[in-house]
Amino acid sequence: MIAVIGSGIVGSLIAREINKYIEDVFIFEARNGIGTGVTKGNSGIIHGGYDDTPGSLRSELCYKGNKLYDEISQELSVEVKRVGSHVVALNEDELKAIDELEERAIQNGVKEYEILDKVELLEMEPNLNKSALKSFYCPIAGVTEPWEVAMQATKSVEINGGKVLKNKKLVEVKKKDNKFELFFEDGSSYIADLVINVAGLYADEVAKLFGDEVPYIFPVKGEYYLLGKDIKYANAVIFPTPSKLTKGCLVVPTVDGGYLAGPTAHGVKSKQDLSTTQEGLLEVREKSLRLVPTLDFSRNVIKTFAGLRPETKEKDFHIDVGGGNVIHVSGIRSPGLTAAPAIAKYVVEYLIQEKLHINLQKRKNYIGQIEKVPHLVEKDYDYWERVIQEDPDAGEMICYCNKITKKEIKEAIKNGARTLDDVKFATRASFGECQGSFCIPKILKIISEETGLKPEEVLQNEKGSWIINSEVRAI
Amino acid sequence: MKYETDVVVLGGGGGGMAAAKAADKNGANVILIEREEENGGVLNQCIHNGFGIHYYRKDLTGPEFKETLQEELANTNIKILNSAFVLNVNKDKQLTFVNHKGIHEIKTKALVMATGARERHFNSLAVPGDRVAGIFTAGVAQKYINLQNLKPANSALIVGSGDIGLIMARRLHLEGIEVKGVVEILPYPGGLERNVQQCLRDYNIPLYLSHTVTRVEGNKRLSKVYVSQVDENRQVIPNTEKVFNVDALITSVGLIPLTDPVKFVETGPGFITSNTNQTSEDWIFAAGNCTVVFDLVDYVSREGEKAGKYAALYSQNQYFPEQKVKVKKGKNINILHPMYIDPNERTKLYLRVSKTFKRAEVTVEPLGIKMIEEEARPSEMIEISIKPFKDKNLKEIEVSARELG
Ligand SMILES: Cc1cc2nc3c(=O)[nH]c(=O)nc-3n(C[C@H](O)[C@H](O)[C@H](O)COP(=O)(O)OP(=O)(O)OC[C@H]3O[C@@H](n4cnc5c(N)ncnc54)[C@H](O)[C@@H]3O)c2cc1C
Ligand SMILES: Cc1cc2nc3c(=O)[nH]c(=O)nc-3n(C[C@H](O)[C@H](O)[C@H](O)COP(=O)(O)OP(=O)(O)OC[C@H]3O[C@@H](n4cnc5c(N)ncnc54)[C@H](O)[C@@H]3O)c2cc1C
Repeated sequence: MIAVIGSGIVGSLIAREINKYIEDVFIFEARNGIGTGVTKGNSGIIHGGYDDTPGSLRSELCYKGNKLYDEISQELSVEVKRVGSHVVALNEDELKAIDELEERAIQNGVKEYEILDKVELLEMEPNLNKSALKSFYCPIAGVTEPWEVAMQATKSVEINGGKVLKNKKLVEVKKKDNKFELFFEDGSSYIADLVINVAGLYADEVAKLFGDEVPYIFPVKGEYYLLGKDIKYANAVIFPTPSKLTKGCLVVPTVDGGYLAGPTAHGVKSKQDLSTTQEGLLEVREKSLRLVPTLDFSRNVIKTFAGLRPETKEKDFHIDVGGGNVIHVSGIRSPGLTAAPAIAKYVVEYLIQEKLHINLQKRKNYIGQIEKVPHLVEKDYDYWERVIQEDPDAGEMICYCNKITKKEIKEAIKNGARTLDDVKFATRASFGECQGSFCIPKILKIISEETGLKPEEVLQNEKGSWIINSEVRAI
Repeated sequence: MKYETDVVVLGGGGGGMAAAKAADKNGANVILIEREEENGGVLNQCIHNGFGIHYYRKDLTGPEFKETLQEELANTNIKILNSAFVLNVNKDKQLTFVNHKGIHEIKTKALVMATGARERHFNSLAVPGDRVAGIFTAGVAQKYINLQNLKPANSALIVGSGDIGLIMARRLHLEGIEVKGVVEILPYPGGLERNVQQCLRDYNIPLYLSHTVTRVEGNKRLSKVYVSQVDENRQVIPNTEKVFNVDALITSVGLIPLTDPVKFVETGPGFITSNTNQTSEDWIFAAGNCTVVFDLVDYVSREGEKAGKYAALYSQNQYFPEQKVKVKKGKNINILHPMYIDPNERTKLYLRVSKTFKRAEVTVEPLGIKMIEEEARPSEMIEISIKPFKDKNLKEIEVSARELG
């Protein structure tokens, strides 16, 4: 058996890649949801690959990953919108950075870019700060919903005979001959022939369980605003010119039509600190308004949130074989989501096959194409009508903002959703402007009816996130 | 299915039901569409009294008000479609809706929008802190408790002292949830004085005026809410922080008119209408909380009746305003409805002032209307009746308020 520790976008795509050769793949996820670690809180950008330090593993895998997203999008039925990106110089000083980006792009072998002058730029992005002088435009950059990629990839693993287990936190490892015995917090244990550690923020700690040392990971927080769909701010991703540390505070059109502004970049103590702060949010407002002055933070805000980057001193991915049949995929900071499909190939084709000399044969019975429960409102009315004739639930609207029917919610539950967040991330119900004011009580009821869980047992996400305390009065 | 009718009423709350009733009375064929299983809208979850004092001259609960309207609809030819969600309204007067039987079309002559409002969510206030369970809008808490018999908290703090916040404080208290206070950013309560007395003082629930929530904390579920005092400019005053140990935060921080799925008429943010409830698209009328948020269902239903009546007349080619007079927001006016007047018809003007007054004089010029309002506050709607003034030949009238010395 091959064990993948972590169901983030990287772990799940690695598991899917291995699964093309070997049926017996297990994904072990510590949390109560798939892809709810670093993969949940980020900018969701498929970067162009032009700006990573030449010669780094990041630069090798980012551009390749970007290209692989066409295939990922098609096979996993996930949305990738190649909206393009601009790095915008707002003054003479910043023009230098545009030249530097061009040099880097050439070194990284990225050809898909253009340098746009003010007129061209403002024509494409009329809401941009009018003092913009130039942009480094990359048409192959795009956006996606990373948790959706992870969820569809884990679904692919399940369809192809693998297993995806939640609430399995790896806490101890014993070496047994050539194999590993893996012990989980819930008391269970499994024997694995090969282990891939893709534990995100915790990959360094998990490596230690194997007696291996990988670069120390420290969390760097990024705070965001999510703005609504009703005002148009930008067509492409808008970056400021980069600093040494980060790509800066951006404005990102999201897949479903809203906008992200952020992130900040500040080191924090705890790998669990996902709180937003007064200072961080202020910084996002100030910096993003500099790029797009029309952002309406007083009336158009849907929510704020934060994500944590698994940062290392080296600022590069560390992906290598450890002591024995274990591979550590660690330090997967930005652009980890872009690189993820290329990381998966790198692990399987290079590390497993070449470095560990494990000979793999492609399976004959592998199913590549994974369907997604269709979002009915996006289908044409004839199709939808036919679905309703087969299942009346397809005609019952539950989430009014994003227009999600009862059928879609029940399908998500059939596919393993148990919490309000599972349903939200699987279907986008309660994700819209009203943030669930109309639909959450109904979704809670549906989960309860479909799974037999009592309302008191339905959680928001992780253990401890209860919604209902008890009945008001016994009936 | 394909339907054809004179008037479609979209939304079956207090506004839509009254509109359907009036449209029917004025001789139109009417279809009423409501996305919930039952009509009533907000009324269903408001099991307290205080409804209908003006409209029915009776003090009813929300469900009783609804039932009274429902009975009036029972003896009519109105076709009521429940669990039906309108997906699209196009300029050719066609609507598309979906229900468990399929996707359907309606061809109509006039439309009344009565889609109500949604609650502003706490998430949109961008208050810093942890992402935790246990933060509910008042409406969600109300649905759990009143409709689903589910108790979402052991102890709670309430944000917002409008009538909804006040009523929820009492409701939670009566169901054994410890309410540690109501926090209001303004220096005065948002709701009616009688509700402050009957919902808070009677139960010793503290009201923190000029206070706001600055941070929420918890490990998965809410455990602490930080509250600070604010100055006149709503800026937090340092060293005034209080911490409340509660597992729920119930928020009632405003309603936002819902205009979906009609995208092509003038809004701001609700539908902008005339005194005959006509929007910028002459076949579309609108009433209730999807225009501006009303304090009382009585106003909503009255507006609904008007919208239904004029929509019916319009559909029978009996109503064509020759002229629309613009109503301008003058000094110290925040919310104003309607924004246009057909001077051939009577008008009920609803407004909210933009600050508090000890003694306000509200004027409508050049009509020479003057009204004195004691203790005028933004939270209480002021109503002004205006007679038809077609002979005056006006393009615009202006409403303003000032303090009387
Ligand atoms: C603010 C921010 C913005 C970013 N923006 C972008 C961007 O725009 N484009 C881009 O390409 N990249 C971006 N990134 C980077 C990208 O999000 C990450 O590189 C990527 O999501 C990492 O995925 P992962 O699968 O390695 O980690 P994760 O998603 O964290 O997955 C690891 C999983 O392992 C589980 N786990 C941990 N310990 C254990 C254990 N002991 N046992 C079992 N399971 C365990 C965790 O619960 C988690 O689910 C951004 C990151 C951040 C934080
Ligand atoms: C908690 C609370 C307490 C209150 N207390 C009082 C009180 O004590 N006294 C008082 O007089 N007033 C009170 N009010 C105010 C009053 O009840 C409301 O203003 C009034 O009921 C609103 O009526 P409405 O028809 O405009 O909107 P709603 O009641 O919101 O009705 C709108 C209807 O439209 C439907 N709809 C929307 N979009 C669609 C679509 N696309 N397709 C199909 N259907 C759709 C909705 O489901 C809903 O049923 C209270 C309000 C609240 C929220």
